[in-house]
Amino acid sequence: MENTGLRIEKLTVAVASRKVLKDVSLDVSKGEVVALIGPNGSGKTSLAFTVMGHPNYKVENGRILLHGEDITSLKPHERAYKGIFLVFQSPPDIGGLPVGMFLQEMTTKRGIEASINDINNALLEVGLSDHYLSRNLYEGFSGGEKKRLEFAQALLFKPQILILDELDSGLDIEGVRLLTGKTRELAGSGVGVLYISHNIAALRLLRPNRVVVMMNGGVVAVDGLEILDVIEEKGYQGLV
Amino acid sequence: MSKTELLESLTLTDISLDSLKVRPKLLLRGRISRSLVEELSRAKKEPPWMLKLRLRSLELFEKLPTPNWLVGVEELDLEELTHYIQLGYERASSWDELPEDIRKVYERLGLPEIEKRALAGLSAQLESENIYLAFKKFLEEQGVILMDMSEAVAKYPDLVQKYFMRVFPPSDHKFAALHGALWSGGVFLYVPPNVRVEAPIEAFFFIASELESQMEHTIIVADEGSFVHFIEGCSAPLFKRYSFHNGMVEIYAHRNSHVKFTTVQNWSKNLVNFNNKRALVEEGAVVEWAEGSIGSKISYVYPSAILKGRNARVSIANITVAKGPVWKDGGAKVYHLAPNTQSEVISKSISSNGGVSVYRGLIKVARGAKNSTASVKCDSLIMDKESKAFTYPKNEVEEEEAYVVHEATTGRISEDILYYLETRGFKEQEARRLIVLGYVGDILGKLPFEYKMVFRKVLELEFEEIGGYA
Repeated sequence: MENTGLRIEKLTVAVASRKVLKDVSLDVSKGEVVALIGPNGSGKTSLAFTVMGHPNYKVENGRILLHGEDITSLKPHERAYKGIFLVFQSPPDIGGLPVGMFLQEMTTKRGIEASINDINNALLEVGLSDHYLSRNLYEGFSGGEKKRLEFAQALLFKPQILILDELDSGLDIEGVRLLTGKTRELAGSGVGVLYISHNIAALRLLRPNRVVVMMNGGVVAVDGLEILDVIEEKGYQGLV
Repeated sequence: MSKTELLESLTLTDISLDSLKVRPKLLLRGRISRSLVEELSRAKKEPPWMLKLRLRSLELFEKLPTPNWLVGVEELDLEELTHYIQLGYERASSWDELPEDIRKVYERLGLPEIEKRALAGLSAQLESENIYLAFKKFLEEQGVILMDMSEAVAKYPDLVQKYFMRVFPPSDHKFAALHGALWSGGVFLYVPPNVRVEAPIEAFFFIASELESQMEHTIIVADEGSFVHFIEGCSAPLFKRYSFHNGMVEIYAHRNSHVKFTTVQNWSKNLVNFNNKRALVEEGAVVEWAEGSIGSKISYVYPSAILKGRNARVSIANITVAKGPVWKDGGAKVYHLAPNTQSEVISKSISSNGGVSVYRGLIKVARGAKNSTASVKCDSLIMDKESKAFTYPKNEVEEEEAYVVHEATTGRISEDILYYLETRGFKEQEARRLIVLGYVGDILGKLPFEYKMVFRKVLELEFEEIGGYA
């Protein structure tokens, strides 16, 4: 199947009968970086969770296409198999599960033969040492460490579509520089990236191809980087 | 034997006394009476002091009430059980000496191979007696005694009498008294001062008949400054009717000694399991109890320790799996009787498919046990709506200058974690398996390598088929 990327068509989604997404359409093509911004509660994470098939997010209307194939009713692991990877804003602690064991099992599931060297290299690429392999997944991790390990997973997972939900929150400035740079590299290799953020400075570093603005569960603007100036000056209300 | 073969062997559905074509030399069954106890003692050619202990235990058994908090033992009818099965084989000290069909059972269990590769000694009990016992010559030369308990009673009467049912007296409760009256099998292990037995010693218990009671008695005496690791393995095939296990383990950890005791309990799913385990820990000594409890239908097991000397320490780690219509009652008891004593209890249970797991624990700190610390952490993981977990911790702290903490959590599998793992490509069942393995990970780390792998694999098999999310 041709790698045409992710297409979200007229998506309306409810959580426990409360509408969280209203008629949202959005494309992320191969090798493209699309920034998704918007005030708190605007529906950005809801969109990420829906694309990844969270069972609590019920699609009432619309569909999600990956390379032209309708994946709206697929389970999360099936979407993962097809090459979508979500970097979580707040990944959960999984007590007692060592990072090394988890990464090996994850890559095996993905059908990738990742050696311990590959795993070590992925950690090094995001600025983590191999001593993280023996730690339990996210137990006692700082916000920045969590984001780095989430990104290392993405590197190992080799996705076609990468959704980054507030990758830059909790990261120090070196981390933001490093991971936005890596994100650009991935896009350069053909990965379609949906980059969810509040961090205008990080977005200027990232230089996305397009900026999509969400408010109240809907898309209110699609523009270039210049829209960031408006938001910086007048806030999101300046777009209304 | 590969790991998979070893796991397949753990089911042993086709094995029974009938299939083994074993003709028991002696069976004692029915009402538990003075004459039955006397006949048992006579059959085992015991000295008068042991018969006296048995008869005193019998009196106590008749007097003591059945604990009113026991659940699920209605089926247990002691009078329909066979209390003693003597197979009539000479105890072997090499596998070649055993009849082929019996040897094959143990080969399926992987014991000869594990013995060769990892153990310093091994005893194997089939029904009421040990049919195999061997240990390394160099340990014998260092004065280590590893012996069938009945043989030790005959050969080292003074030494055995000094310890037999001292820390766990028959008066403790009705089933301890029953054990005192009817015990058979088990081993006596003595480690002389400053001798370190680096490789583990294992005792393996096998029940091959329905309506059988097995009541082995194990004593471990670690003399001053010594070290030993003892592993207890249990297995039984599934019969139509239940069987009953009422064993006892006594550990005597003398000054500055260190005893590790690991149990991998994989009784069949219709076995009623009582196990009475207690350690006496002297000054500066350390005892570690680790128990992985997978099998049995009803189980009541509370490893305990009496911290008698200054700086004595105990750690008790339990993993309990209550899967299906089973009641797994376990926990730990620690008595801090001296200053600067330390205890750590970690208990993790997993309830699924209607299983009930119970943590029941006691921490007692006596007046004068200053600067003692006790930490109890018991976690219960409930996998579905039909399953339950209960926690009954009890602290009795008489010493003001002592530090006792108790932490308990009861939780269902988090939907967030399941979803997270599914986004990483794990199917729901695989995600559950990973969560369970993570949940028990810190305790699994305390098991010896071979057993950790087996236990891990058994858990994986157990949780592959768990039903939907509650």
